[in-house]
Amino acid sequence: MNTTAIVINLFAFTGLVISLGKDRGKTVAALKVAWQVFLRILPLILLIVVLIGIMMGFIPRKLISQLLGEQSKFGGIMLAALFGSVLHIPSLIAFPLAVSFLNNGAAITAVATFITTLTMIGVVTFPLEMKELGRDFALLRNGLSFVVAVLIGLLMGLVL
Amino acid sequence: MKEKMVKQIQPTKSGDWLILTGSLITGGFLLLIFPGHEHKTLLAAKTILVELTWILPGILIFIGLFTVWVSKELVVKNLGKTSGIKGILMALVFGALPTGPLYVAFPLAAALRKKGASVSNVVIFLSAWACIKIPQEMVELQFMGLSFMTARLVLTILFIIITGWMVERVIPEFPNAIWKPL
Repeated sequence: MNTTAIVINLFAFTGLVISLGKDRGKTVAALKVAWQVFLRILPLILLIVVLIGIMMGFIPRKLISQLLGEQSKFGGIMLAALFGSVLHIPSLIAFPLAVSFLNNGAAITAVATFITTLTMIGVVTFPLEMKELGRDFALLRNGLSFVVAVLIGLLMGLVL
Repeated sequence: MKEKMVKQIQPTKSGDWLILTGSLITGGFLLLIFPGHEHKTLLAAKTILVELTWILPGILIFIGLFTVWVSKELVVKNLGKTSGIKGILMALVFGALPTGPLYVAFPLAAALRKKGASVSNVVIFLSAWACIKIPQEMVELQFMGLSFMTARLVLTILFIIITGWMVERVIPEFPNAIWKPL
């Protein structure tokens, strides 16, 4: 049993009941959105399950801790930051990946940096950001976010 | 309105299913060629699958509810005119509500700027949208634990505000000076 999951589900279903009491049509629309999001991410969820299985079954712990562990020092942080910037995967499936790395030798600093660049920086969405908000804005926001992500990672290593 | 919201969700890409099939075949081959890894592989996969199954219904319902109840118009109306500490808080909160994918946020941010929101609040709104989404924080809590999630959330909020301030210092006149896309 997992308390976090139970609390989150309880909150969600309470919200659903309140929503149903206020507006039946909107609640049906909300469930439709939920179902569509589910269908969209289903293959990605199964993919991450398979990949984590392969990774944990075949990649030796030593390799992970060499690349992303405490002894990798700043190189590991930069590797994690670059990977997070370039990859375009939903954060929903990024956390299982992150915790698998963490449990198998990666440092908190590297994992926190990876999650932060993954969400804050979008190489894939960059052209759209530039089109809507201008080149200078997009470059500045993404560039600063990269530095900030590394700082957050380093501070996380100090705090935890 | 409801129609529009439902359509914003992208359909499943058939490529995703192909990649999944490929990864399953690769995994199967690896297990056949290198016996002895079955236990570790299956245990890791099972653990993740069980945890995801536990948390997924609640997360999906949250996303659905917020998408339907918090309209884009509501966000623009409230964020366009507020400034100061209240503006920062509103940008954080409206960014964090799960109202859609990032590509929806860029045009929305441009609209906010036109309605009078400050450059720094536009940056805060966008960054909050990208990295402190409520469902995302829930999944982080589930997998990474309370102290990791809280520490990263606090640091992220702090640095998002600093980033906003810095971007505003560098390009305060945005969008006028650099409005035309290249």
